[in-house]
Amino acid sequence: MKTDKEAMSRSSHSRQVRKSAYIGKSVPRLEDRPLVAGEGRFVGDMNLPHQLWARIVRSPHAAGRLLAVDTEAARTMPGIVAVWNSDDISDIPNIPFRATSIQGLGPYTQPILARDRVRYVGEPVAVVFADDPYLAEDAADAVFVDVDEDTKPILDARDEPGEFAPGASTEPVIINKGYGDVAKGFRTAHRIVELDLSVGRHSGIPMETRGALAEFDMVNEKLHLWGATKRPHWNRDRIAEMLDMSPAQVALHELHVGGGFGIRGELYPEDILVCVGAMRLRRPVKWIEDRREHMMAANHSREQHHLIRAAVDSDGHILAIDETLHHDQGAYVRTHGARVADMSIGLLLGPYAVPAYAARAHFRLTAKTPAATYRAPGRFEGSFVRERLMDAIAHELQLDPLELRRRNFIASSEMPYARNLSALETEVILDSGDYSGLLDKAKRFAGWEALKSEAAERRAKGKHVGVGLGYFVEKSGLGPSELVRMTVATDGSVEIVTGAASLGQGMETAIAQIAADTLGVDYSRCAVIHGDTDKIAFGWGAHASRVTVMTGEASRLAAEEVRIKALNMAAELLQCAPDGLFLDDGVVHHVESGASVSLAEVAKALEPASSQRGDRSPGLTAEAWFHNKHMNYPYGAHIALVCVDAETGHVKVERYFVSYDIGRAVNPSMIEGQILGGLSQGLGGALFEEFRYDDTGQPVSVTFADYLMVSAAEMPETAVQILQDAPSPLNPLGLKGSGEGGVTAAGATIATAIDDALQRPGLVRRLPVTPQYLLQRIAEYDAGQHDARQSDDLTGACE
Amino acid sequence: MSEKIEFSLKVNGTDFSIACPPRKTLADALREDCRLTGTHVGCEHGVCGACTVVVDGRAVRACLMFAVQAQGSEVRTVEGLAQNDVLSPLQQAFIDNHALQCGFCTPGFLMLINGAFERDPDICEDELTELLSSNLCRCTGYRNIARAVLQVADKLKARSELAVGKPS
Ligand code: FES
Ligand code: FES
Repeated sequence: MKTDKEAMSRSSHSRQVRKSAYIGKSVPRLEDRPLVAGEGRFVGDMNLPHQLWARIVRSPHAAGRLLAVDTEAARTMPGIVAVWNSDDISDIPNIPFRATSIQGLGPYTQPILARDRVRYVGEPVAVVFADDPYLAEDAADAVFVDVDEDTKPILDARDEPGEFAPGASTEPVIINKGYGDVAKGFRTAHRIVELDLSVGRHSGIPMETRGALAEFDMVNEKLHLWGATKRPHWNRDRIAEMLDMSPAQVALHELHVGGGFGIRGELYPEDILVCVGAMRLRRPVKWIEDRREHMMAANHSREQHHLIRAAVDSDGHILAIDETLHHDQGAYVRTHGARVADMSIGLLLGPYAVPAYAARAHFRLTAKTPAATYRAPGRFEGSFVRERLMDAIAHELQLDPLELRRRNFIASSEMPYARNLSALETEVILDSGDYSGLLDKAKRFAGWEALKSEAAERRAKGKHVGVGLGYFVEKSGLGPSELVRMTVATDGSVEIVTGAASLGQGMETAIAQIAADTLGVDYSRCAVIHGDTDKIAFGWGAHASRVTVMTGEASRLAAEEVRIKALNMAAELLQCAPDGLFLDDGVVHHVESGASVSLAEVAKALEPASSQRGDRSPGLTAEAWFHNKHMNYPYGAHIALVCVDAETGHVKVERYFVSYDIGRAVNPSMIEGQILGGLSQGLGGALFEEFRYDDTGQPVSVTFADYLMVSAAEMPETAVQILQDAPSPLNPLGLKGSGEGGVTAAGATIATAIDDALQRPGLVRRLPVTPQYLLQRIAEYDAGQHDARQSDDLTGACE
Repeated sequence: MSEKIEFSLKVNGTDFSIACPPRKTLADALREDCRLTGTHVGCEHGVCGACTVVVDGRAVRACLMFAVQAQGSEVRTVEGLAQNDVLSPLQQAFIDNHALQCGFCTPGFLMLINGAFERDPDICEDELTELLSSNLCRCTGYRNIARAVLQVADKLKARSELAVGKPS
């Protein structure tokens, strides 16, 4: 959507190459130089004079009555300034959750230090403040936590709910969603296909652990917190409420962030403890989490059990779907409330038309680390479930699985398509998409037929090689709003201030590209300031693949306004009409005369005291809002070729293909990077990663030796196809977010490829497919087959 | 345990006199006592490699070594790679190949690879790929890191006299 003026001025330059055409180019990232030079500034790198170090004492028990937290011995140890248990901070309320229409979650929020009961191993029960981090750790070891293990911990969300507190069950809510006549669908079905599936407990595991540094400025009575990210403004407001201050007295500052993936930047007990410490002890307080703590204290995610049934007609059309979900929330309701369970069933149906749907999500608390979002929340799980179901239906009806999908796709002519469902407190309306077209392109891109024959040939030689495809619909661009303030300085550089945040995903570059392209400047002269509540009044942060869409469009609008102001001023400086002017690479040109003036000179002419300014308002600056009620929906397909070692159960992913339509690609190589990185997490979730607990609730995956992530050795050769066939109608550039699609269908795809490799349809029923699980599942599967498939068929390794 | 001992550390060619308890790790001493915060700590148990530095020509995990153990050694960290503000070829290749996102793991990878090139400038492609699996990155999916490394390895082979980021 170009203004007429712009269209005119650009068309008169149609033969001139615009230097500032950055949207769609894989320009190098603006973020990189300090990071490769070791000059980054992560929260752990920042220190303040006289700072104290906090160390959290954590519960060693999964469930029980807290009899005493004895801090006596720790207090007198060298270098210790204070040791607090919950009695010392009893005036601080629990951590709240974001507004939601789901009722009844209030009693389940987490205190910043455990009171009365402990509910998971790793729960904060006391905090030590010391002059030195090593001394803080020594003292933390000396705090004695006395717990009466009066109940058996609940460790499976499918178990009978217990009592959280008197009158409050460990099932705070059952979320229901659906539409249409499901009973009729099942009554008239040609076949009913039912699956019992589950996904293990994973998390984002950024390489930088969490950290926080707080200082209370006594002169201005202002609390500063560094190390914030994701939702700085929301967190600021909640911290202010919890500490009974004005939001104007609290400032959150984002530094470099070593990965977020949904789990970092939520408000956690440790953030509040650091703030209260700084205020009460009158010294800055720093806290850096260690990895073991991270694994038992930062948000977990993903663990769900799905019982899903589909009614289909004889052509494979879905008539109805019925789904029962058990969501393992862990010990408390955190800032997300019940969003993951809610969106799991709200977005489950993906690309398929389903005439009737009924789903219920049992949102249940257990004695594990609390859970919330992790990259592609609800969709990694949901895509696994839905795509398993599609494969099962195809098998049942002896149809080609891709053909079955095609028959059930929502057609592009039906877009926008209202689902009659909600997710993330918005109505789900698929905005645009050509699902069938993408399937064709994905198959062609991967060489589907050739892959299938290669797998068949290798199987004929005794290898277990298989190919699988998983289709998915993502969501992105969550609103409601974003504000951008853009200012051109008198040297021609551009400052773009946004309330969004950066998690290391390259948002500064993407936003600079959009702004520079619109305004007509060099993108490397654009500085994007983010994640700082003191720099801008409002902001919604970085999550849900929203930044490129929300901040991107607000930046485009602001840049458009700045450009018009600049041309107007330049017209006077060049003594001509604005119509004949063209702004590119930081210089305004007059087309006919060839006269020009730099943006720096234009900015100078607009300085408050400039005599050239006339009655224009001072400054070359503009603010713009972008509001957006609905999310948009990128979509894609993953294809994998795997080889299974039938003796060890080891799965080697040999080749991988991702096709993803994101409407409009601002920086293709950054998007490819997002997809590759997402895929490494998706493959981890599909094959390796899992937080396990023993039957007393002790976590057994608290190091990188136990929680296995994908390394360079496991990452397959991967080809990425970025498509722009379905721009979003919800913003003028057609942008959709690309942060999550590398993860979404990985579990689904690996599962079906393994089934194919072992020629056992429906084999994989849970993720991750660890070697132990796979071997046990093969034995179980073969035992259940009446055609007496011989397990000793299964030899053959991958070399 | 908390008695401090005084000693000096030679890092990137500069001597630092520091006083710290014997139990302090090299990673912490570099970050706090030498103020070289480019060396990161991701796990403190020797798996992630974020803390990798080069000690006497070998890439080591600085979280698994006590600072006092590095007395008398030549330690090199990511801060020592660029010379007079000019990035080393490997650093530049990381930027050109989009081999980083959040950048937290990056110093560790750079030092890991530097250590390998120093020990064997002719290190082959397979060995390099194998080498990369000793460090963890949660953002990039490794493919672009491998591209960056292979690009530099090719250049090194072409001009085999060049050692990446060696102090002059
Ligand atoms: S911090 Fe040293 S290996 Fe992870
Ligand atoms: S770039 Fe973030 S961990 Fe590697």
